[in-house]
Amino acid sequence: MAIDKETVKYVAHLARIELQPDELEKLSGQLHDILGFIDKLSRLDTSRVNPSSHILPISNVLREDKPRDSLSPDKALENAPVKKGNFFSVPKILE
Amino acid sequence: MKYQTVIGLEVHLQLKTKTKAFCGCAIDFGREPNSSVCPVCLGFPGSLPVYNKEALNYAIKVALALGCQVQEHTKFDRKNYFYPDLPKNYQISQYDLPLSRYGFLDITADGKPKRIGITRVHLEEDAGKLIHETEASLVDFNRAGIPLLEIVSEPDLNSAQEAFDYLTRLKTIIEYLDVSDCDMEKGSLRCDANISLRPEGIKELGVKTELKNMNSFKGVKDALNFEAGRQAELLESGRAMEQDTRLWDAQKNITVSMRTKEGAKDYRYFPDPDLTVFIIGQEMISGIKDSLPELPGLKLRRFVEEYSLSEYDAGILVSYKKDAEFAEECLKQYPGKDKKNMANWLIGPLLSEANTRNLSLHQLGVNIDELTSLIGFVQRQELSHLNAKSVLTQMLDSGRSAQEIIKERNLLQISDTAELEQVIIAVIRENEKSVNDLKNGKANALMFLVGQVMKKSSGKANPKIVQELIKRRIDNA
Amino acid sequence: MELNQLTAHELIDKLKDKQANASAVLDAIYSRIEKVEPSVKAYVRVNDVKKPVCNPQPDSLLKGLPITIKDNICTEGINTECCSKILQGFRPPYDATVINKLKKSGAEIFPLKANMDEFAFGSSTENSRYGATHNPWDLESVPGGSSGGSAASVAADEAIWALGSDTGGSIRQPASFCGVVGLKPTYGRVSRYGLIAFASSLDQIGPITRDVRDSSILSQVIFGYDPNDSTSVKQDVPDFSKSLTNDIRGLKVGIPGEYFVEGMDAEVKTIIEEAINKLNSLGAVSQKVSLPHTEYAVPVYYIIATAEASSNLARFDGVQYGWRAKSDNLIEMYKKTRGEGFGDEAKRRIILGTFALSHGYYDAYYLRALKVRTLIKQDFDAVFKDFDCIVTPTSPTPAFKIGEKTQDPLKMYLSDIYTISVNLAGIPAISIPCGFTKKGLPVGLQIMARPFDEAMLFRVAHTFEQNTDWHKSNPKL
Repeated sequence: MAIDKETVKYVAHLARIELQPDELEKLSGQLHDILGFIDKLSRLDTSRVNPSSHILPISNVLREDKPRDSLSPDKALENAPVKKGNFFSVPKILE
Repeated sequence: MKYQTVIGLEVHLQLKTKTKAFCGCAIDFGREPNSSVCPVCLGFPGSLPVYNKEALNYAIKVALALGCQVQEHTKFDRKNYFYPDLPKNYQISQYDLPLSRYGFLDITADGKPKRIGITRVHLEEDAGKLIHETEASLVDFNRAGIPLLEIVSEPDLNSAQEAFDYLTRLKTIIEYLDVSDCDMEKGSLRCDANISLRPEGIKELGVKTELKNMNSFKGVKDALNFEAGRQAELLESGRAMEQDTRLWDAQKNITVSMRTKEGAKDYRYFPDPDLTVFIIGQEMISGIKDSLPELPGLKLRRFVEEYSLSEYDAGILVSYKKDAEFAEECLKQYPGKDKKNMANWLIGPLLSEANTRNLSLHQLGVNIDELTSLIGFVQRQELSHLNAKSVLTQMLDSGRSAQEIIKERNLLQISDTAELEQVIIAVIRENEKSVNDLKNGKANALMFLVGQVMKKSSGKANPKIVQELIKRRIDNA
Repeated sequence: MELNQLTAHELIDKLKDKQANASAVLDAIYSRIEKVEPSVKAYVRVNDVKKPVCNPQPDSLLKGLPITIKDNICTEGINTECCSKILQGFRPPYDATVINKLKKSGAEIFPLKANMDEFAFGSSTENSRYGATHNPWDLESVPGGSSGGSAASVAADEAIWALGSDTGGSIRQPASFCGVVGLKPTYGRVSRYGLIAFASSLDQIGPITRDVRDSSILSQVIFGYDPNDSTSVKQDVPDFSKSLTNDIRGLKVGIPGEYFVEGMDAEVKTIIEEAINKLNSLGAVSQKVSLPHTEYAVPVYYIIATAEASSNLARFDGVQYGWRAKSDNLIEMYKKTRGEGFGDEAKRRIILGTFALSHGYYDAYYLRALKVRTLIKQDFDAVFKDFDCIVTPTSPTPAFKIGEKTQDPLKMYLSDIYTISVNLAGIPAISIPCGFTKKGLPVGLQIMARPFDEAMLFRVAHTFEQNTDWHKSNPKL
């Protein structure tokens, strides 16, 4: 399956990554090659195979509904690039 | 052209577990911003989720109460999109293997029962809260990670009223299960609606809009009514409908188109590799089934059968679980054969007392013995209904007994005919015109005369007896 | 021998017998760092940390023993940046579970973190914002990756031992390139809590050590169930010291034909064949086996790993931590932060993974990859029915030159060809030194075993090591 520049641009938008024009150019070519290599998977008949999203047969892992200590707001916000009071702050969202 | 409205509802319900869905942060509203957070619900690098056992229990309860089939295999998926209230920029949700499917909820439409299909009930997590300021948007993650249930209905609802009824019934059931606060104004229950119109008789669905931002059941109803009208106008004018997400503006009473975040097809759902699958066996399901309380539908039927109540009356009594339990206690303790007497008191004077006091029935603090005693006075015709209501008010205000109040206020009805005759003679003498009217067949006049007697006796006369006595006296005249 | 050149088990004995003390060990490491670090560059942010001092740790097995940690394992209060600009300045408010366990065992968490490919994306430690680490055996060559800093620090005696992480070979391949011992435990054996995720279904933390005994000691400490990681497995951890028996008589060793094909360095081939002969001479019985889906491992890996990574790395958006680009528009802020904060390989993998999950391609790529993963797992299941372990080269070539593969990502991806299947199948594997090329570059032997049978790995690896001297060689720096 081929991947063109428009698709790369769109996918980069979904991933919220800004690409410079030269990056887009280079990346499109590289992804094209990588996907070309990956396409060897289509040679296999997988119609009767179950997908493995987990490799180990573990199930029903649950936690008791018991409160644990939370972080203090100071700790929670310690790494924030921009904060205001006890809030994280981001550029204004225009609804 | 006549159109049929087609509505499907998506309800998000916050479960009232002690802790969040995937971490041990306490769910505690009203705390300062970002104080009930930890590396997990903040989505800090390296943190990992482990699901809350109680949340799963609650979810299965809801699924079973809505008649859903709980799926044997279920798993969490990631729904990927960027938004600042979403700490990981993906929401842990369920996609192709939801917790449960194929349920239903019975409502009443135009006085007739109607079954609304429930497509699925699935597990997910809540996002944080955004506060928009002039310069920036601020994020508080206290809410992030609270366990949510998404309850999706089939597009089986055909009017705003039906949608309203669906939500009311749903809320009743959830309250019975005691798994959520169900408060739309506080956001513990949220509802989005899909609505489209189609020409009557046509099977194919029309182009739909998704409505958001309704803050009350009434808001949902108003938004749907507005939107049905807007769509009908558009269709009438021959313009094409566009699939759209619209926000309800409760101030202006209109819906406004909103710019969408990411289209549904861009969510890139995939199984969350940080979480394992759940295999829910029959044993677990029947265990939870056994723990379910009697649900409102069944309770209503039982009230009708056991206490010979009308469906309407029973319906009112079962709509809040604790009220229903209180009502049942009252009905049981009521010694009379006709339980309807007690039911009338509950639905009438007690409910109206509750309403004026902004309480629900069971919170009134009525002593059931005292209530029974009060009703006894009325049944024995020793107390007028009107006076009984005022005694009830006083009982609730003071906590004193019915007997005491009636005695103190000297409210026992005069049923002694000799005593009453004196008053009646006086009234007849003073109201010649009405007496003549009555003789000429004007029925209203009788009620007027009875009223005068009541007045003269300061409300203590037994109106039934007074009526008899006046009639007899005039007929014999 | 200087203290910094000893194995951990030798130091444990010395510390116990009071022949050395903890601060002398730290001093020795620190002088070594001052001497060789300018040419090796195994550590990052070296200037940010003053000469380390001993912290009070409990009296336990590892008391006074420093351990070097890869820059993607969270250490409370110590920067953990995955060698990425986007996590610049990130100080985790918590310790990873493995760090907790180490501290409880008395270990000293070395305050300098080990270099790595950004977010573990790479096989050469060239994709670090801090620049490449150099192979101690040949400073012109790469140390392998992504745990290149961890492996090089141990090889260059700048660390006693270290923790790395392995998603597709990131512990074993650098261990092989640097002539040290690297273990990738069974998936679920070591808690991932606090490991900044690359691909959640493949990642495991593991030890990089000078010899097999150290590997077993460190495994004993960090292995075990963790309730904070849903994918951690409740499985008993045996006493690994009992596996160091120097006896492999009668063990059945599978040699997969698919691992000895073109593209393999001729010298490596000879060295591995000699190693297999050695195992046979020690009483093992080797036999050719087949893992027929081996050729699909790399494409499957690059879909699953990048898909998971694209979602795992969505959280790096400049909102809560790390670096943020200046912008007053939210979407632009996201895009610039991520466009400028991620390096080339990170962007390549995120975009590839996003594509593999996107609408219309999911079935062809992601779903298909999950199915082929099943086939790869089944290949191993079939072999392990009859064999106790599988032996292969760790890498098709010895360490390559810095810059040799940076322009061709696909070529770089193929250097993981022998290590990737192990992660896809979730099984454990170890790489141990088994010879040197004529130019003096180390070659690693990879041993794989059944899930949770790390004891088998230690047994075979230790026996091989006891009967060879490869692990005793040191690079001349």
